[in-house]
Amino acid sequence: MKEISLYIHIPFCMKKCFYCDFVSFENKDNEIAKYMKYLLKEVSLYKEKLKEYRLTSIFIGGGTPSHINEEYIEELLSHIYSHFATSSFMEVTIEVNPGTFDYQKVNSYYKSGINRLSMGVQTFHDHLLKDIGRVHSKADIFESYDILRAVGFRNVNFDMMFGLPNQSFEDIMTDLNIIKDLDLQHISYYSLIFEEDTPMEKWYREGKLSLLGEDEERSAYHYIIKALKEIGFNHYEISNFSKDNYQCRHNRAYWEIRPYIGLGLNSHSNFMGERFWNHSNLGEYYRDIDCGKFPIEAKETIDIKIEIAEYSIFGIRLIEGINKEKFKKRFKKDIESIYGDVIRKHINNGLLEDNNKNIKLTKMGLDLANLVELDFFL
Amino acid sequence: MYNIDIKNIRNFSIIAHIDHGKSTLADRLIERTGMLTQREMQSQVLDSMDLEKERGITIKLKAVKLVYKAQDGEDYILNLIDTPGHVDFNYEVSRSLAACEGAILIVDSTQGIEAQTLANVYLALEEDLEIVPVINKIDLPSARPDEVKEEVEDIIGIDCEDAPMISAKDGINIDDVLEAIVKKVPEPTGNSKEPLKALIFDSFYDTYKGVICYIRVFEGTIKPGMEIKMMSSGKTFEVAEVGVNTNKHILVDELKAGDVGFVTASIKNVKEATVGDTITDKNNPTDKPLAGYKKVVPMVYCGIYPAEGEDFNSVREALEKLQVNDAALIFEPETSVALGFGFRCGFLGLLHMEIIQERLDREFDLNIIATAPSVIYRITKSSGDIIEIQNPTDLPPTTEIEKMEEPIVTASIMTPTDYVGAIMELCQNKRGIFLNMEYLEETRVVMHYELPLNEVIYDFFDALKSKTRGYASFDYELKGYQESELVKLDILINGESVDAFSLIVHEEKAYERGRNIAEKLIDVIPRHQFAIPIQAAVGSKIIARETIRALRKDVLAKCYGGDISRKKKLLEKQKEGKKRMRQIGSVEVPQEAFLTVLKYDE
Repeated sequence: MKEISLYIHIPFCMKKCFYCDFVSFENKDNEIAKYMKYLLKEVSLYKEKLKEYRLTSIFIGGGTPSHINEEYIEELLSHIYSHFATSSFMEVTIEVNPGTFDYQKVNSYYKSGINRLSMGVQTFHDHLLKDIGRVHSKADIFESYDILRAVGFRNVNFDMMFGLPNQSFEDIMTDLNIIKDLDLQHISYYSLIFEEDTPMEKWYREGKLSLLGEDEERSAYHYIIKALKEIGFNHYEISNFSKDNYQCRHNRAYWEIRPYIGLGLNSHSNFMGERFWNHSNLGEYYRDIDCGKFPIEAKETIDIKIEIAEYSIFGIRLIEGINKEKFKKRFKKDIESIYGDVIRKHINNGLLEDNNKNIKLTKMGLDLANLVELDFFL
Repeated sequence: MYNIDIKNIRNFSIIAHIDHGKSTLADRLIERTGMLTQREMQSQVLDSMDLEKERGITIKLKAVKLVYKAQDGEDYILNLIDTPGHVDFNYEVSRSLAACEGAILIVDSTQGIEAQTLANVYLALEEDLEIVPVINKIDLPSARPDEVKEEVEDIIGIDCEDAPMISAKDGINIDDVLEAIVKKVPEPTGNSKEPLKALIFDSFYDTYKGVICYIRVFEGTIKPGMEIKMMSSGKTFEVAEVGVNTNKHILVDELKAGDVGFVTASIKNVKEATVGDTITDKNNPTDKPLAGYKKVVPMVYCGIYPAEGEDFNSVREALEKLQVNDAALIFEPETSVALGFGFRCGFLGLLHMEIIQERLDREFDLNIIATAPSVIYRITKSSGDIIEIQNPTDLPPTTEIEKMEEPIVTASIMTPTDYVGAIMELCQNKRGIFLNMEYLEETRVVMHYELPLNEVIYDFFDALKSKTRGYASFDYELKGYQESELVKLDILINGESVDAFSLIVHEEKAYERGRNIAEKLIDVIPRHQFAIPIQAAVGSKIIARETIRALRKDVLAKCYGGDISRKKKLLEKQKEGKKRMRQIGSVEVPQEAFLTVLKYDE
C-alpha cells in the first residue's frame, strides 16, 4: 500500500495573533459544532479515493485545535481510523496553545492515539507575548507543559519565534536558557514573517516596530542553532530542530513532496500529480460538501518539470540537503544534468556545497536560501 | 461648390497657449458650418491620434475646408489649418502659419496671456498675418474678459474692441468668430496662370497612397498628371491626385492659387516631401522657392533600447514606421555595454521624445529602456578638428580636447509674481543668466533667461511645474553655442563604469548630479549577496560614493503544505522581475534604474 499524510484544519481561536495570516476565526465558537460535523463528512468523501493508501501521519493544526472541546477531536480521529488504513508507526500531532487545555483534555488526546504535541510557546517573555497578540503568559506555558508531561507525552514540540518587536538578543538568550531545562524532543524556531494583511505587517510598513537589525537578527539565528546543538538538538530544516529520531515525519512529507490530503477550511493537498486547496470561505465549504462534492476551490497540475523544481526548492531547505541518489531514483536523471549550472553558480557564491552525496546549503546559504530556490525554479 | 472666386477664400490658423481651447473652437467651427453632422462629430475632430487627445495637444497638423454663408449673403471657403501647439514643433507651426493670411488668437479669459500665446503671436507676426483675437471660456465663473482684453491690447498691441467673446465648449457666439474671419482675414493674392508655387505645410504617410502633402498654392495651378518638383531636394514626381479635406478627402480637378488642399504623387517617404519645401511645375518652374525653408534638425538625443534583447528588430521596424510619418525623427543603431543593441534617436525636443517613446509602447507594444537625453556638444580638438557629439561615450579623452561648447536657449517664463523668487532660484541653479523681466500686469511677469539646453532637458519642466504649482508657462528657442566647462560624469557599479548612465554635465554640477544618481541607484538596485559600491566619477576621480549593503537575510522561515503553491507564485513573480534585469558584471540592475536617474526630485 502507498503512504499518505493527512492535515486537518481547525480554524478557531480564542484570539487571533497580530502576525497570523492563517484562516482562523476568533469569534465563531457557535460555528464549531457545525464545522466539525462537516469535517467528518469531508473525511467520508475521501474514503474511496484513498482506499489504496495508508496514513503515515496526521497533523491537526489551526487555528487552535486545543481551543475546541476534546470530544470533537476524539470523534474526528475515530472517524478517520474507521475510514482509512493506518501505518503501524503513524505520527499523530495536534497543535495546542498554553492555557487552552487541562489534564482531562490532553489525556483524551492521548487516548485517541495522538502521540505528538506541538505547543505554540513563541517566547517566555510576558511583554513580548503581549506585543505579538498572544493570550497566554509565561506561567501558562509552564503549567501547560507540566500537564503534558503528567499525561505522559513523550514527543513534544515547542514553536518558538525570534526577531519579534522589542525583543533583544538577551531575550532570545534567556528563552534558550529556559528551553535547556525542559525535556523537549522538537523545536521549530521561526524568524518572524510579516505576512500581508496582518496588523503586524501594517505596523512594520508604518515603521512602528522596534526590531533587531538584519545583522543582529541573523546573529540571533546563528546563536540559536549553536545553543540548541549544545543541548542535543539536530538542526534538520531551516527552522526546525529535533532530538535524535524525533524529526517531524508529517512536515518531512511536505518537504520531500510526498502525497498529502488537507481537510477543512483552506487546507492544501498534493495528490496524484495535482495540488488543490479547499475554499477559505465557510459558506462555500459547507455548500460543496452538502452537494457531495469535494470542497475544492482550485487546483494546479504538477508536471514533471514543476515536480523537480518543487522537490529541489523544498529539499534544499533540509540541512542534509538534496540526496543525489534519491533524486536520481525519483526522477531518473542526475541532479547535475538539470541544475549543474545553478549548483556551480551557488557553490561559487558560497551558498551551496556538494559533499558528493548531497547538495546542501552552506551556513551563508541558510540565510539566503531564497536566492538558491529562485534558481531552482525553472 | 468648390469653385469659388479667390476673393471669397479665407486661409487661417488658430493659435493659443495649451488648453486655451484651440481644438474645441475648431470643432465648433466645423460643426457650425455644417461640414459634419452631430453624429459624426467626435470630440476634437482635428486631433486624430489617441495620444493627442489624451495630452490635449495637436501633434500632426491638418487642414479642413469649411463652407460658410456669411451675413453679407455670399458663400465663403474657410480653410482652417491646424497647428501643433508645442514649442518642439515651432518650425511646423511657422510653416502652417505661412500658409495663411490670418490667425485667430484664442486667449483664455480666466488665465490671460501665457508664454505660448506670445510665442505663437510672434510667429504669426513674422508671417505678416492678420491677428483676430477671440476671448474664450466666458462661461466660467472665474472669467475676467475685460481685464484679459486689456491685457491683450497692452501686451500684444492689437485692438480687442470687437473681439468675439465666446465659450467654445458651450458653443456661445461662434458665429461672431466666423464673421470676424470673413471680415478681418485678408483674401489670398496670387495668379493661377503663373508657374506653380505651392508650400508643403504638412505631410504624412498613407499606406495606400504614399505621402499625402498638405499644400497651400500661392501661384499657379496643380492638377493630376502634372510633373512636379520638390525645390529643396530636386526630386520629381507625377501628381496622382489633388483634393481637399472636408469631413473626408474629396478629390478635385485642380487646386489654384489661394487654395489649400492635398496632393499625392506616389511619394514613398515623408523625407522626400518635407514641411516647408516648395512644389513647382517641373516643366515650367518658378524661378524662386518660397522663403523660409529649413531642414529640421534634432535638438535632443537619447538611446532607445529594447528591454528584451530579442525585440531589437521590432524596435527598428517600429522606428522605421514612425519615421515614414515624422521627418524630424532620426535614428541609427548603437551598442551599449550595459544595454546591448539599440538605437540613438534624435528628436525636436523633449515632448517629441516623450511622444515617440510612448508611441513605441502603445502602438507597437514594445517595452523599451531610454537613456538620459542629451544635446549636441561641439568639441574643438587639440588637433583643430571640430566634432559634434551627442552621445557621452563619444567624448574624446580630455587630453585631446581644446574646448567644448554647448547649446544655449533663450527662455521666456511667464508667471504670477508670487513665484518670481522660486523661478530665479531654479534658473540660477540651472546655470541660467537673467536677461530681464517685464510686467504684464501688476501680478504677472515674463522673465527672460539664457539657459543651457542641457539643463532644460534634464528636469527643468518638472521642477518649474512643481515650484510654481503649475502656474508658470515656459517657452524657449535655440540661441546658439557657448563655450563651457563640461565634463563626462561616469557611474560605476561595483567598480564597472556603466555607459548607459554616463552624462555630460557642467563641471560645477558634476558632484551634485553624481551624488544624486548614486543615491537613487541604491534605492532601486536590489541588494545582492555582496556589498555593491556605487560611484560617480569624473575621469579617474571619484566624486561621490554610496554603498548598497550586502543582503544578509533572504529566506522564508516557514514553509509547509499550504505554503508551497504560494511560494511558487512568489518565485514566479521574482523570476519575471529577474528577466527584466540587466546584468552588469555580477550585479543585476532593474530597468527602473535607467528611468529613475532621469526623474526630478524635490
